[in-house]
Amino acid sequence: MERIPILKMGEFLLVTIQVDMHDQLALVLQEDLTTRISTEQARGVLLDISSLDVVDSFIGRMISNISGMARVLDAETVVTGMRPSVAITLVELGLPLDGVFTALNVERGMELLRRRVGVDKLRRARIGRA
Amino acid sequence: MSPPALKTLSSLMGADSAKLLADWSARQLSALTARPDLIKEADLREDSRQFLNAFGRGVQDGSADDINGPNWADARDFLGTLSRTRAQLGFSPAETATFVFSLKEPVFTALRDKLADKPAMLIDELWGTSRVIDKLGLYTVEVFQQSREEIIMRQQKELLELSTPVVKLWDGILALPLVGTLDSARAQVVMESLLQKVVDTGSEIAIIDITGVPTVDTLVAQHLLKTVAATRLMGADCIISGIRPQIAQTIVHLGVDLADVTTKATLADAFAIALERTRRTIDNDAKP
Repeated sequence: MERIPILKMGEFLLVTIQVDMHDQLALVLQEDLTTRISTEQARGVLLDISSLDVVDSFIGRMISNISGMARVLDAETVVTGMRPSVAITLVELGLPLDGVFTALNVERGMELLRRRVGVDKLRRARIGRA
Repeated sequence: MSPPALKTLSSLMGADSAKLLADWSARQLSALTARPDLIKEADLREDSRQFLNAFGRGVQDGSADDINGPNWADARDFLGTLSRTRAQLGFSPAETATFVFSLKEPVFTALRDKLADKPAMLIDELWGTSRVIDKLGLYTVEVFQQSREEIIMRQQKELLELSTPVVKLWDGILALPLVGTLDSARAQVVMESLLQKVVDTGSEIAIIDITGVPTVDTLVAQHLLKTVAATRLMGADCIISGIRPQIAQTIVHLGVDLADVTTKATLADAFAIALERTRRTIDNDAKP
């Protein structure tokens, strides 16, 4: 069966969606990703959707869900490379993805992820000292 | 009732056109509606001559009832050009139509002279002539209106394109100064061009300046919020600047929630914040 590959980069997971997203694929991705976050002890997920040019409410919801699940598993999610048409569609659908971090491209996304996780580590270190 | 044949009018246009033209020109020049400030006497005479010729060709085969027919093509063309040029010269559409209507007087006089002893035929001829001239006069108004509408449509399109310039203020900082009322169509163009520019330039911050937006209603506020949300989804951030006191009051009265959006009073303040967020500083005392 078709699957979206999940790559490991240090303490982050990298997911790039390069095929047409259909509902079954989205569900499998959700399943795979949560499992990998847990087994790899990942601290962040970078979801690149720069090749995605059509979204519906289901895919929008899925992006939001992935972010929520990752947060529960103590990982930050950054969505990168969203196209203007996709952004407009999501807003018109009433899915502004509150609480999901976004970046213009993978490079900036990585930077943001490092910063977010870094802030987290700092906080933890402080708690450790206290 | 079948359309009147207008035989007398037709023969009149053939035989006495020179006399008719002289009569008509004289009447036009002496009329109260004459505009010597806008058109020269020679031009007026030339216009009258050309129209009279076209009119003559129109009534030639007697089917005077339908000015859309092929025998009226010359008259239509001439009136179309006349209406446009006179509008450019500053004539009102009523004045242009009066030019055509004023033909009635000399023609009616000529008809009366010819048919003085046949009142029934005279009435028929007058009625038929009057109808044709009315139609031609209204045609000039129609053409005038059409050319006006074309201009308005073209200007509207140009305005829409011109009114949404996305300017780059600095590396990674875009500004969108909005001027004029925002309606749905314009808001859509604004959103699309801003997002496209964000992608093209890889900018992190976009400043929407609404100093030039006269009023903000719920719809406009909603459009702004949508644009901000879409920009965020793309990974950039949005600042709204130039909110005037009245607009701030309206926004609060309307219950629009702008809490999640950074708002600044002026574009300068917004630019300062944008520089700060992109980790840049302005040093007034920098040595070259």
